[in-house]
Parts: sequence; structure tokens; C-alpha cells
Amino acid sequence: MEKFKNLTAVAAPLPDINIDTDKIIPKQYLKTIQRTGLGKGLFSELRYNDDGSENKDFVLNKTQYRNAKILVAGDNFGCGSSREHAPWALLDYGIKVVISTSFADIFYNNCFKNGMLPIVLDEKEVSLLMEETERGSNATLTVDLESQEISTSDGNVINFKIDKFLKHCLLNGLDDIALTLEKNADIKSFEDDVKSQRPWL
Amino acid sequence: MSRSKTIYDKIWDDHLINTNDDGTSLIYIDRHLVHEVTSPQAFEGLRMTNRKVRCPEKTLAVVDHNVPTTDRKNGISDEESRIQVETLEKNCSEFGIEYFNELDLRQGIVHVVGPEQGFTLPGTTIMCGDSHTSTHGAFGALAMGIGTSEVEHILATQTLIQRKAKNFKVNVGGTAPKGVTAKDIILSIIGEIGAGGGTGSVIEYTGKAISDLSVEGRMTVCNMSIEGGARAGLIGPDEKTFAYIKDRPRAPMGEEFERAVEYWNALNSDQDAYFDREVYLDAAKLPPVVTWGTSPEDVVSINGEVPNPDLIDDESRKETKKSALKYMDLVPGTKIKDIKLDVVFIGSCTNGRIEDLREVAKVVEGHHVNENLNAMIVPGSGLVKEQAISEGLDKIFMAAGFEWREPGCSMCLAMNPDKLLPGQRCASTSNRNFEGRQGFRGRTHLVSPAMAAAAAIAGHFVDVREFTK
Repeated sequence: MEKFKNLTAVAAPLPDINIDTDKIIPKQYLKTIQRTGLGKGLFSELRYNDDGSENKDFVLNKTQYRNAKILVAGDNFGCGSSREHAPWALLDYGIKVVISTSFADIFYNNCFKNGMLPIVLDEKEVSLLMEETERGSNATLTVDLESQEISTSDGNVINFKIDKFLKHCLLNGLDDIALTLEKNADIKSFEDDVKSQRPWL
Repeated sequence: MSRSKTIYDKIWDDHLINTNDDGTSLIYIDRHLVHEVTSPQAFEGLRMTNRKVRCPEKTLAVVDHNVPTTDRKNGISDEESRIQVETLEKNCSEFGIEYFNELDLRQGIVHVVGPEQGFTLPGTTIMCGDSHTSTHGAFGALAMGIGTSEVEHILATQTLIQRKAKNFKVNVGGTAPKGVTAKDIILSIIGEIGAGGGTGSVIEYTGKAISDLSVEGRMTVCNMSIEGGARAGLIGPDEKTFAYIKDRPRAPMGEEFERAVEYWNALNSDQDAYFDREVYLDAAKLPPVVTWGTSPEDVVSINGEVPNPDLIDDESRKETKKSALKYMDLVPGTKIKDIKLDVVFIGSCTNGRIEDLREVAKVVEGHHVNENLNAMIVPGSGLVKEQAISEGLDKIFMAAGFEWREPGCSMCLAMNPDKLLPGQRCASTSNRNFEGRQGFRGRTHLVSPAMAAAAAIAGHFVDVREFTK
């Protein structure tokens, strides 16, 4: 997994609530057997018109947000399906940070497995970032994971919380399967206990 | 020191391998279900790192999302779907995992198959790369949907790294009136707590209206826990649960079954167990419900009308609900009963089991599907289909003008050829009314099987309680 340390990039505002994973990456893109190449399908039903041309009204198609690597989104982002294709599509498009008041649990977890950083802030803080990013010229944010700080073009600094273990894995780009395999003896002894306590399993 | 525990606390404690100082825990996974959509990249990951599947015997694979529901003896014509299905077959054979292919009688939707096979047992941890894994919580199992990286993690280690979630009790008291089903109960709960209301929590459903439900009804309730944002949904096991499991192919037998029941009985939440949050609903006051918008939280009574988003204070919420109405082509004040339909879909892991089909048959027997719509019934598995045929339900459905299909996920997510056309409006027994979920620009209203059946006959929504022959 790629490390995540810090990022200075354009942030795009997406104020709708309950943006679901079907909206992030519609089902027709789930037939792939690979992790890559999903960027073209990101938000495709919002991004493109019926004839395949770009929908000019969609935020990521606007000149000032085309290179966005950060999303500031409404509440309950990533709800619905467990499809990891959602973070894969965001990442393939170039988005590495999503900021919201809350995330669906599975989506939140999936981000960390792919070197992406979902940030939960309170309503006031998200509103502030939403306002700043909606003024296109002020849309650049700096996110620093080590110090857990977001700095805005207007000079605001917002601190964010993050689980210590997840932070450690992101900063160092750790493969958690390898970490777990180091605990093989513990797993083995657990399995032996279960064999005697719950032999029907 | 012992303290009172919820069923979630007990299952968690019995699967905890170890916990770090920061609360990050390694938990053991007893059962792993695998399907074709979210697993190819996980198997590829194993190959790239030269890792094996730790416990193939604790893993069961079945194909469901991509399979056509018409005759499939001649294979799958869509190339991408075919490749995904073939990839699962190859991966299962390479890694030694039991696999039900599209021609196997036991094939079906993964969350219908697990319980049917007795693979789903109380007190177990059950994971699958599918958010509706919460279904299995109906048995008093801790069942969660996971992403593909976590699928790979379980394949390689039979464990998951997690933090413990909060305990959330949803108590549904009273007796549900006739015509108010498990689906109406769970939709009403989601309407109450919101699509993100359960985030970070495991919900335990309790109360008379929940224990009154059959095991299949409980599966419907737990299935949609994820639509309320919960990590999982759970119902304490009882005699109904044990009777359902007994003699299933993978269930414990004889003395081992008795010993298991003893353990399962002890799983129920202690009387004074602590819950971080509690919500109460009175089932006696619930009507049959219909969703009007593009989130499962957009719930309204069959006797109600499309709400007015202008009355919402919160700006983001107001705008979201306005755009939902635009997408659904509905205006505030429209009576739900006046909404006309183009398609009726009956099936899915929410409502594709035998009891659902019996409910539908009761409503449609002697009637005919309205001439302005197409109606389709997709059984949840080959065994459900076989049972329905043995009861003569297939004849009732076909005489009433329903299409009677082969098992699979079908139009619940429209990855196979079963799709809504742009602009079509569907009454669906599935679980999600998201934009485009059942087909590009398709419009979905979630309802119970009985309500879907009545709507198929009438051509518009009707109160199933007033629906007479």
C-alpha cells in the first residue's frame, strides 16, 4: 500500500447527503476483475450526459475543480454497498482525501486499505470547508496526517482525529495481512481452544 | 470481573484473539461467504503474495450477482459477466473452496444460501464481501459486510482487524397488525433512525414484534440493518432459530447439536446489559409503508403522500431531498396510492425466500397482473424455487401473468440483464432505492412482498389490507 503523509490539492464541494456507493461507482463497472481503471466510471451517472458528453454542471467537470484530489462531502458519505470499487474509483481518478461529518463504516474502512484518508469533522468545520471550497479560487487545502491538521487558503487550521493504528498504517504504507500473519501463533492457539469449546464449528 | 453483556459483547469476547492498547482487535472469523463480484481482486492478491487460503473448509462460494435469471444451460452471453463467473470458479478450484455454480440446485443469493445450508449458525462471526451480510444476524450471529481487501485478509488469515462497535438496541413492542410485515417494520425503523443512524453500531432488535417474526422475517429485518448504516444487526436466537437450523446439511447433528443449543441459549443479552443507545417503536401503530425517494430512509405510509422538502430546515438535506423528488419524477402532495407503476420486482436477499413467495401467492391467486406493467418473481435460490414448485406456487404466479425466473440477485442491483429502462417506475421487494440502482434512470419504490403483489394486480400502489378479491 502507498504511504500517505500529506497532500496539498484542490478540494471539490459535494454537499449532498447520503452519497451512496452506487452513485460513486455504478454497478456496470463492477464486472472488472481488476482494481485499476475505475476512474472513468467515477460518479458516471452524474458526470456524463446520456450521449456520453460531460455534464457541465457536475462539480468535477468545472474548470476550477477538474484536478481535485480532495472531496468535501455531505453527511453519511459512502453509504450502501460494500464495494471497494468505490475507493478504487476515487483513487484512480486522483482523489485521496474525503472530508465529511460522517462516513458509512465499510466505506471508511475500505479507504484505509488503499492509502486514502477519510476525515470526520463536526458540522461547523465541514460547513466552513464547504464554503471556502465553493469559492473556487480558495479551493486549495493542505492535509497533514502527522500533525492531524487541515489548513485552508483563508488561513483557517482545523484539527482532526484519527485512530492511532490506522494512522500508523497509512503513514508507513503497511500491509495489514503481513502484520496479522506475524500473529500466527496466537491464531493457532485460538483455533485449538475453539476446537475443544465449540467442536461443531 | 464479570459484567452484564449484550449478545454482541458475548460473540465479540468469544472471538477475540487479542487487543492492542489502542483498542484495535484481532477477531476470528468462523464463516466466510464468497461471491463473484468482490472476490477476484482478493484472490489475485493472494497469488501475487504467494499466500494460501488458511481455512478453505470455513469458506463457501456461490455465484449470484451476474447470473441471468433466464435459462442458463447455454452459458452467460455477457462477456464481462461470464469472465467474472469463470474467474470465481477457477479461483475456488485453485484454492480448494467449495463452490455452487449457476447450474447447481443449491445455487442462489449468497445470503439465502448460507442459512439454507446450515452454514449460518448462532454465535458465529460471518463475513462476506457484500453489505447485506447483516442478514445472517437473524440467527444471533455477528455478520458483517466487508470490502475486497478484508476478503483477502480473511482468506489469508481467517481473522479481521476491527474496533468494537457500539451497542444499539431497537426495541419493537406490540403486535404488528395484519398486513404489516417484517419489511414494513425494518423500513419504519430506518425511517426513524435515518440512513446513517446506525453508523458505528451493531443493532440488536428486541421486543414482541421481533420475537413474533419467523426466522425468515427476522432475516428481512437484519438484512436491511446496513440501510440504517449499522455495522451489523442481531436478533437473539430462540426455539424458532434452533428448529430452522436442525438437520440442515452443514448444521451440527445429534449430541453435537444439543451441545451447540446449550451454548446458543446462553448468548442472549443479559437483562441489565448496557446499550449505548435505545430506540422504541410500537408495531401496533405501524402501517404498510412505501419509499418515495432515493434513500431507504424516505419512508411513508401507504395512506400518506409525497412529503414537501421545502419544510426541511437543514440546507443540504433539503437540496438532497428535492433532487430525489426530481429524480423520482414526483411532486409533493401526491397520494402514494395514485403512483402508477411500470414494473414489479419480487425477489432479492431481502425478500426472496419461500415465505415471501407464499405471501405473494396468497395475494395474487385468481387475479391477473395489470396490463400496463411487467411483473417478475425471482426466487432467492434453487431450493426456494424447488419448494415453491412443490407447493404449486409457480402455477399461481404464471396464471396471474408473472414471469417466473431462475435464482439470483437479478433486478435488485441489475448487474445481470434484468434492468429497468430509463424512466420506468418499479415497486420492488429489494433493499435499495438509490439512483440507477435497478437500471440507469430507473425509479425504485421499496415495499413488502404482499404490497408489491397487490400493486402488480392494481397497476398502482394499494393498501394490501384493503385489497380484496
